[in-house]
Order: sequence, then structure tokens, then C-alpha cells
Amino acid sequence: MTANGLNLETLTIDGAREALAAKKTSATALAEAHYARIAEQDPAIHAFLALSKERARAQAAKVDAMAANGEPLPPLAGIPIAIKDVLTMQGAPATAGSKILEGYYPPYDCTAVARLEAAGAVLLGKLNCDEFAMGSSNENSAYGPVHNPRALDRVPGGSSGGSAAAVAAGMAVATLGTDTGGSIRQPAAFCGVVGVLPTYSRVSRYGLIAFASSLDRIGPFAKSVKDAATLLGVIAGHDPQDATSSKHAVPDYVAATKRPVAGLKIGVPDEYFIDGLDAEVRASVEKSIEQLKAQGCTIKRISLPHTKYAVPTYYVVATAEASANLARFDGVRYGLRADDSTLSAMYRRTRDKGFGAEVKRRILLGTYVLSAGYYDAYYRKAQQVRMLLARDFLTAFADVDAIVTPMTPTPPFKIGEKADDPIAMYLADIFTVAASLAGICGISVPSGTTRDGLPLGVQVLGRHFGEETMLQVAQAVESAQI
Amino acid sequence: MSEKSQSQPAVSLEDVRRVAELANLELTPEEEPRMQRDLNNILGYIAELNQLNTADVPPLAQVSEILGEQEKASVDALRADVVHASLDRATVMAEAPEKDGTFFKVPKVIER
Repeated sequence: MTANGLNLETLTIDGAREALAAKKTSATALAEAHYARIAEQDPAIHAFLALSKERARAQAAKVDAMAANGEPLPPLAGIPIAIKDVLTMQGAPATAGSKILEGYYPPYDCTAVARLEAAGAVLLGKLNCDEFAMGSSNENSAYGPVHNPRALDRVPGGSSGGSAAAVAAGMAVATLGTDTGGSIRQPAAFCGVVGVLPTYSRVSRYGLIAFASSLDRIGPFAKSVKDAATLLGVIAGHDPQDATSSKHAVPDYVAATKRPVAGLKIGVPDEYFIDGLDAEVRASVEKSIEQLKAQGCTIKRISLPHTKYAVPTYYVVATAEASANLARFDGVRYGLRADDSTLSAMYRRTRDKGFGAEVKRRILLGTYVLSAGYYDAYYRKAQQVRMLLARDFLTAFADVDAIVTPMTPTPPFKIGEKADDPIAMYLADIFTVAASLAGICGISVPSGTTRDGLPLGVQVLGRHFGEETMLQVAQAVESAQI
Repeated sequence: MSEKSQSQPAVSLEDVRRVAELANLELTPEEEPRMQRDLNNILGYIAELNQLNTADVPPLAQVSEILGEQEKASVDALRADVVHASLDRATVMAEAPEKDGTFFKVPKVIER
């Protein structure tokens, strides 16, 4: 059996399920078709760091056997999915895009990954990303950059660049990424796919190689809002292995996408329509807002007054946490070791050899803001501003059901364009980090392209555990695109 | 934006070396001035936070604090005190660069 007749670039979960149910293809044929497409497409894109063919084939065979026996199939039966390389998956290396973890095979599965497989998904392999998820362009991967499938000279965004690119290029039906300061939403917009940032604690972080623990979240990339809702429903929920994971009940997210949006109140924050906003990005989000209005939403201008402080706050909080989390990479328990005669020299040489420039920069910054004499001036101050940012959203959501903003200040930029200016790169996160710091949920929905064909995205933000309304609005934005 | 510096020229090369040592990082002579420049630029940008009066604002370390999600430290918040399966020792040890079968091995710590 083959996957002939299926267009992998546009294949959704529903499309794959229908083809499998009609016996037009099998889980095995679908997995092999994706591997064939990866072999053909990925040399120019470089989204994959490793393929897990053995595990994928075993799972596909299991699904095919279930189908042959007429057993009921779980929601993701036979769906080919790939995983960002900061998430652990037994049988495949986990490098986190870093040389310091080269050759590391984690001895356990990330909970989100295990839940996908338990729901029938076929795990294709591991996806390229910025080193330890630190970056906005995927240029910080120690294994080389990812190229944007929609324009190969452009970045795919970051840090989950491989996760976004793999979906955009039809090399996986869906993927998992992580978002600490925008690392799912920004690449989703740059590659023209859907990307979800769940509420903080909605998805277990067990098996996520930590960058900044109070910010890190796992979320799906997909070709449609509905597919993203399906995946979120599978990976969300409490996990005894992550004490911070929420016990909130997991609602039916797919059902939420089917509810009409008429009557919802949508907030549009003035602070997100800055002077530097690209004209085509602005036109695209304004068009989406008009379309929501046409579907019966009330549009209300709102203010999130501390927005301009989000990026500097983020770079204190995130680097402080990173400096602590990355202390564990010392050449003792896993990954790289650079030999030396004393323990401390071995630590330093290992970390010098293993970490790239951006990771070192962030560890240094984080260590500095936590060091004696600077803690109050930087770290405590940033935590206080974080409270102000969270209150901005709590106040706004007392009045509106969802917030709609541009996703990125510009369309995808060229590879190398911002590589030498850390602050210019950090400003690529200007519309993403406030939601990260506040812990609310968000989604990037494709909203057309520029005249040159570059993808554009709109951000829909929801309140804490407000994924249903967020997805409902996102579906309306998506449905209005033709 | 990158040139903006609202605080005094804060980070010296000495500071860079001190912080690198605290972080167990070894920087090459070429990396040190580059990191000094970047840290000063970024800290100058971060100094914008001083425009805000936060005297009465409590710090927010983790959003569960404002969601009422944190369970009180109580018996209910703890798992049952029973032994349960953990990662296999041999599988974990297999990933270590140097080991003796039971322990991780590291270079000599105490000189005599």
C-alpha cells in the first residue's frame, strides 16, 4: 500500500484519518511517505536532526494491526508527528541543538511525547532548534540553521524553527515545539502554520530540557486550528512527574473550534501597533479584525500599558533561570566532557567547548543579574515588572474575551540579517514575551502572505486556561482566509 | 537602541571574568571584550525598567501564585510515601562520559 494521491503538504489529521479508515493508505505507508518526503525536501531545509525510524515503524505496524483486527483506533492513530529536540524521546538522541549534549540518548520519554504515542501517533524524529531554545531565528543551532520552506533564504523563526518548517514543508502532519518567550508562535507565523502556546502549567514539562522553568511550555504546531486543538487535548493535563502541572480539567478543545464567535468581545491593544510595525503585517491583522467584526464580534481598543517593558523584563527573568538550569551541564552525568586534570578546570573546559556564543551570553547575563549586589536592582525589579505585566492582562480580560495582535513586527527576515546584534534579535520577540511572562495562552494563526509571498500571522491571546475561547476565535480567523 | 546606556558604563572586563568564573565558563581572550560589549548594551536596555516605580508591587516569580493553583503545603499535596519505579541505574549510567559501574568518575578534587 502507498500514500499515493495524498498531498503531504496539505494533509491534516482528519485527512489522514479518512485515508486510513478508507484503506487508501496504511500507517506504515504514511510514515514511509513522510520519510521519503524528508529525504527529498530536508537537505535544503535542515529541519530534522535525527530520524527515529525503528520506533516509528514499530508503532505504525502496531496501528496497522489494530486496524486489521477492527479494533477502535485512538485519536492520532497512524498520524506522523515529529518532536523538537529539547524534548526527550527514548531511542533518539536529544541534543537541544547543543554540542554539549551531542550523542546523549535520554533514558526516558517526555510526558507530552509519550501521550502522543499512546494516542496512536507515529514519532518520525527530532527537530532542529536554537541551542537550548535560545533564539528567534534558529541560527543558534550548533548543528546549522533551518531554512524557511516558504523562502529558503529566510529564517523560519525560532527557537522551534525545525518544528514550524517541518509542518510547513509537509514533512510531518504536526509537530511539538516549546515556547519560552515566543518560540512556538513566532516561527509558526514565519512559516505560515498554526502554533499554540498553552497556558503555563497546562502541559507537563517532564522531559523538557529546561531553559527557564517559570516560562517554558510545550505546545503543538499544525496545519489547521482544529488539528492544533486535537493535539492540545492529547498532551494537556496533570502529570505526577511535574508538580507544577495543573489539575484543571481538560475540556474538549475541538468542540470549542466549532462554536460561532458572534457576541464575543475582542480587545485590540494600542501598544502592539507600534511605529516600526511592517505595513503589510499591520494590514493583515487589521483585515483579520474586520473579519471577526463581520462574524459578529465586538471590537474594543484596549491598553496593556506595560508592554514596552516586556522584552527587558524577559531577558532578566529568562537568563537568570537559564543560568541556574544550565549549571547541570558539567561533563559528569551526560553529554560532552573535555578532559582536564582538576574538577573545576574540567567543568570550565567542558562548558566552554560545549556551549555556543548566545548560550554563554545568556548564562553570563543571568549570573550577573543574580550576583551579589545586583539581585535587587535587576532580578527583583524584573519580577515586580512581571507582576505589572500580568496585571495588565488580568485587567484586560475582565472586560474582553480574547485579544488580537500582530504576531511579529516584520515578515520573516533573511538568514544572517540580525545575527550580530543581540538586541535587534531580542526585539523580534516584542509581541510574544508579555504573554509568556503573564502565563496566559496564545496562538499564531496564518493570515495570508505579503506581496512577495512571505507568510504572515495573527496572534490571538486568551486568559489563563482560556484555550477554548482562544481556539474559537483562532478558528474564525482561519475560516475567513480563503 | 543598542547604543542606549542609561546607567553608568557598568560592566568592566574584570566583571566579565568574575561572572564567567561564577558561571563555570571559560572565555577566550577574543570572547571577553565581545561579551563585555554585549552585556553593557543589554544591561543598558534593561535599565529602562527603572522608569517604573515598583515600590509597592510584589514580585512575581511564577504565575501559579496569581492563579491560586499552588496547593497548600499539606499532606494532600504530597504523594504517598511508597517506593515506586524509577529510571534504571544502568541505563542512566550508560550516558555518563566516565563511570566505574556504580559511580560517576571525575578528576581528582583534593590535592595532597
